[in-house]
Amino acid sequence: MLSRTAGSLFWLARYMERAENVARILTVGDRMASLAHSLGNTGNEWLSTLRAAGCEDGFFAQHGAANGTEVIHYMVADANNPSSIFSCLETARRNARAVRTALTTDMWEALNQTWMRLRDLDQSAVVTEALPDFLDWVKERSLLFNGAYANTMLRNDAFSFMRLGTFIERADSTARILDVKYHVLLPRGEGVGGALDYYQWQAILRSVSALRSYHWVYQERLKPWLVAELLILRHEMPRSLRAAMEQVVLHLDLLAGAYGGKQGECHRLAGEMHARLRYGRTEDIFQSGLHEFLVAFISHIAQLGSEISDLYLM
Amino acid sequence: MEQGETTGRRFAQFDEMHESGVCRAQYAMIRRWLDDLPPQQLALKQHEAELLFRRIGITFAVYTEGGGPERLIPFDIIPRVLDAAEWDFLARGLRQRVRALNAFASDVYHRREILASGRIPAALILHNDGFRPEMQDFDPALGVYTHIAGIDIVRLGPRDFCVLEDNCRTPSGVSYMLENREAMMRLFPGLLARHRVAPVSHYPEELLDTLKSVAPVNCPAEPKVALLTPGAFNSAYYEHSFLADEMGVELVEGADLFVDDNTVYMRTTEGPKRIDVLYRRLDDDFLDPLTFNADSALGAAGLFAAYRAGNVTLANAVGAGIADDKSIYPYVPEMIRFYLGEEPLLANVPTYDCGRAEDLAYVLAHLEDLVIKEARGSGGYGMLIGPCASRAEREEFARKLGAAPTSYIAQPTLALSTCPTCVESGIAPRHVDLRPFVLVGKEIRIVPGGLTRVALRAGSLVVNSSQGGGTKDTWVLEP
Repeated sequence: MLSRTAGSLFWLARYMERAENVARILTVGDRMASLAHSLGNTGNEWLSTLRAAGCEDGFFAQHGAANGTEVIHYMVADANNPSSIFSCLETARRNARAVRTALTTDMWEALNQTWMRLRDLDQSAVVTEALPDFLDWVKERSLLFNGAYANTMLRNDAFSFMRLGTFIERADSTARILDVKYHVLLPRGEGVGGALDYYQWQAILRSVSALRSYHWVYQERLKPWLVAELLILRHEMPRSLRAAMEQVVLHLDLLAGAYGGKQGECHRLAGEMHARLRYGRTEDIFQSGLHEFLVAFISHIAQLGSEISDLYLM
Repeated sequence: MEQGETTGRRFAQFDEMHESGVCRAQYAMIRRWLDDLPPQQLALKQHEAELLFRRIGITFAVYTEGGGPERLIPFDIIPRVLDAAEWDFLARGLRQRVRALNAFASDVYHRREILASGRIPAALILHNDGFRPEMQDFDPALGVYTHIAGIDIVRLGPRDFCVLEDNCRTPSGVSYMLENREAMMRLFPGLLARHRVAPVSHYPEELLDTLKSVAPVNCPAEPKVALLTPGAFNSAYYEHSFLADEMGVELVEGADLFVDDNTVYMRTTEGPKRIDVLYRRLDDDFLDPLTFNADSALGAAGLFAAYRAGNVTLANAVGAGIADDKSIYPYVPEMIRFYLGEEPLLANVPTYDCGRAEDLAYVLAHLEDLVIKEARGSGGYGMLIGPCASRAEREEFARKLGAAPTSYIAQPTLALSTCPTCVESGIAPRHVDLRPFVLVGKEIRIVPGGLTRVALRAGSLVVNSSQGGGTKDTWVLEP
């Protein structure tokens, strides 16, 4: 396959996944902000939302303070923000268009219809009253696209490059979402384990569609270390770091197999990251600091992305 | 059929469905179908067609006007029909013309016998932008320069077909021919089944066979073909990706290619892969920054050297444009006589070369009757249609003509044939032309039909999609 084609598939999948994750992060942000309102305002939910999406620097280059309307607009519709939902879907379609021939009709139509609908949307309405509906719609479209590609695409190297894009982006995003909790400070008088703390953990689980899964797996009330365990170490949880890294390792191995056994630094790094998650323990992660663990993971994921690019996409 | 230069009759308008009030035989069933179709049904089907095209994503970036970079080319659901005898005549005329155009390009880059014979002025060739001195004495595989030709045909009467323009560089539109048929099969399967319509869907296979047949002699094994596109922002990008897909070949951009030891490779996830035939949809100027436009990042450095070394075939050949220049066009009938020893089957439209003093004087005196085109323009941009222009527009154009007469040619305003077409008020006649695609490799192949373009505005003669034209499916009936 052309390296450029592989690159477009990789980024197509990444940007679709990112659009979905930004929608998920915004859903949490919106929820936390309204909770904070009823439980005693801390005022920094929107700031943590920006951080979770990795949009903090870009936002403050344009804006002074993080208020709800501006953050929502920046993350939904701002063309200057490469990770806004509009930009993500636009970039995804641009990549898809460049490799139109490598996609199945179902994939293309799922994406193209999303893009056409997006073009006709009234941005200002989305940013105000229609936000929850819009975010649900984005999630739905992404799930449709993922379904289309999981169910119609030939299982060859093209599929593996899409998979790599999806799971690298997802690992990055889950790590960021989990890290939000570190940034959301509890207001004075609200202790760890208090009502607000509880609802914040709940919101995080909801954002990755894992609240019910938590109850199935643990059958007890929300505990921070269990939430972290679920989203980091449990392989049954499809959005956990370990599950994502399992897929990354699998597809890197499939590619190496298809290309005569050739491996690169990306194979070593992915294997190492996966092994840490597979054999790691929650206690150890909390002992050395959850935030520190997540920051290191996010930087390794970035490194992995650039190694994959060096071996296959250039 | 008439032969030789056309009479250029001007205002007797020929309708392809009705001849003096009577429905022509090949349209009989379509006429009945239209008569039986309730008017709302027609509008509904037209709307359905639009949705179909939008969904499968046929778009065409138009250079001027607002409205975003992607816009749909309107499709008209009433087909245009040619009977077997009409097509047979056209096909013979097209083969003849394309053979002569290729012979001419070969002659221009070798012995230049036609110039020596005085039939074409040497200055017209040697100072032409389409002429590539780098091609002198180079022998492309099988001596073919134009592998894919799009010849624009207009019809002035029942037996009166003329060539309006030759396209020997990178003619586009064939994807619309294929998609239009696909759309008709989805929308009106019954109507198609009642006719014996010659199929067109094998065009990509014919194209691939043609390209493989012109692989360079140095080609080590089964030729590897790729399609070179300028990229997703090109107006014909959809077509490039569509054709690559249908042929099962890689769609490459310049950045995917590199040249090593005069051999062309593409960068793949498995390492470099050799390319033997490049169907390039990129102008000469942009092919190779080392030989042509040094600022171009669209091609690949060293591509031309690899071509001259006989390690890759470019289709169409570099310099093929010398044969389709508008200033060369008037001489095509002469080429046919000179190289083939035959009389031309397809007529030319009379053309005034504004670079010649007596032609210029005539053109300036008859601006209100003529169509003036840039000799090197394309796509219907920068032209003046005398009868439709205002006095001020004509005066403005006269000034342009005076300043650079050699840049323009003029032709009489032709009474292009019309075809019934869906418009807002119902069904009305609209002007059409036809672009058949001629493939030249080991043999010459023409898929029956071509792209019919239709001017959707009442009375308009401009069929270019960039100027608000639409398309129709073209049916060639089998005998």
